[in-house]
Amino acid sequence: MRITADREACCAAGQCALIAPDLFDQSDEDGTVVLLDARPEAVRLDTLRDVVSRCPTGAIRLEDDPGA
Amino acid sequence: MVDAPHPPVALPTERSCPFNPPDGYTPLRERDRITRISYPGGSPGWLITRHAEAKALLTHKSFSARQEGIVSPVATELQYDRPADPGAFAKTDDPVHSHYRKMVTGFFTVRRTRDLAPMIERIVHEQLDDLEKAGPGADLVEIFTDSVPARVMCEMIGVPEAERKSLQRHVETLGRLSCTVPEALAAVSGMSGFLARFIPARMDDPRDDILGDLIRGGQLDEQELMGMAATLITGAFDTTGNMLAMGVYTLLEHPDQLAKLQEDPELMGGAVEELLRFLTISHLGASRWALEDVEFAGRTIKKGEVVTVALPAVNRDPERYADPDRLDIARKDHGHLALGHGVHQCLGQHLARTILSVGYEALFDRFPGLRLAVPADEVPMRDDFVHYGPRALPVTWDD
Repeated sequence: MRITADREACCAAGQCALIAPDLFDQSDEDGTVVLLDARPEAVRLDTLRDVVSRCPTGAIRLEDDPGA
Repeated sequence: MVDAPHPPVALPTERSCPFNPPDGYTPLRERDRITRISYPGGSPGWLITRHAEAKALLTHKSFSARQEGIVSPVATELQYDRPADPGAFAKTDDPVHSHYRKMVTGFFTVRRTRDLAPMIERIVHEQLDDLEKAGPGADLVEIFTDSVPARVMCEMIGVPEAERKSLQRHVETLGRLSCTVPEALAAVSGMSGFLARFIPARMDDPRDDILGDLIRGGQLDEQELMGMAATLITGAFDTTGNMLAMGVYTLLEHPDQLAKLQEDPELMGGAVEELLRFLTISHLGASRWALEDVEFAGRTIKKGEVVTVALPAVNRDPERYADPDRLDIARKDHGHLALGHGVHQCLGQHLARTILSVGYEALFDRFPGLRLAVPADEVPMRDDFVHYGPRALPVTWDD
């Protein structure tokens, strides 16, 4: 499982950093998403689905990681 | 066979209980994914009451938030048929919207707003000192819930305390649906008159605050700085103020939930989310208009037609939430739309969260026996305002 974060699409609402502060931060400059860990453990799947669903612009996606 | 279309209805606004959305939403939500409603003056429009359709609409590229196309779903003289002022980005679309918004988002991140907790605590306790002096027996709205968020934002942009009360009055006037055109013009000119003195003075002498940072950034002219400041002021004042007051009123009338919160302060973060969902103070929800003819939720929305997303109803959608009409501060599901969705989702949401958490905790800590000073059904409500909440909240406590 791999997370991708699109900073162009991000509106800096900070849902991700609110829900999972160990995986997501926000830039000091404009608040857009900073990915701290792109390959979290599978046990976090429910949290990540929550992040994806609550991201207001669809900037965060969850992909299968063929390399994993 | 296609069912005969239902005749358009007016937007439901009557509430039988101050803690619940207007009753008329429920049958509409059960009936259709999207509902034809009649807007004042007879123009056709639409209403969304379901969660899934709300999220889809608020992220749909064919719908605009631009001020000039928005029609209020209820009768009001507060109609703006021209584009938003430069810098007033809330009622614009990307890329104009994100151009301005991204200049201030850095100040409103989860981390930056939590770092403001000491400043917010100071203001909260100063207002609670005033409450203590005024009672036992005082109006919590005037002394506490309206004052705290206004003071916080004034401090963040450097507005002198002496100007705060008049700015609060202007914001209140512009949020009142029964406001007349002369009243609105007076409030607008009061606000812009202040900003026309304040902004040039700060441009000559920028301080260490949000405004100072924007001025030093050099990207905004005087008009844009005025629009930005007006947006921050109007976005921060009565929104968080009403939510703070509604939360207190609700907890006092749900004593089992309040007791649970007082026993376990760790529940505060989740309690704030649940109160946001349950109360959703955006009385009229969010509105968008179609930039072109578009197929949505099985219907054709014509170019120019307005869609109102009834956020209070959406946050009680039984398809989305288990037992939606029950207030449960221990609820784990926090995916509500009280702060909107899409690129316009509330800029100041984490500041609001910090103010609400600090505010509720300090109030019930210092006044553990706080109670209403009037019967619960006699609390006067702001039922003709863009944001819903008590007009006054008479409370008392043991000395």
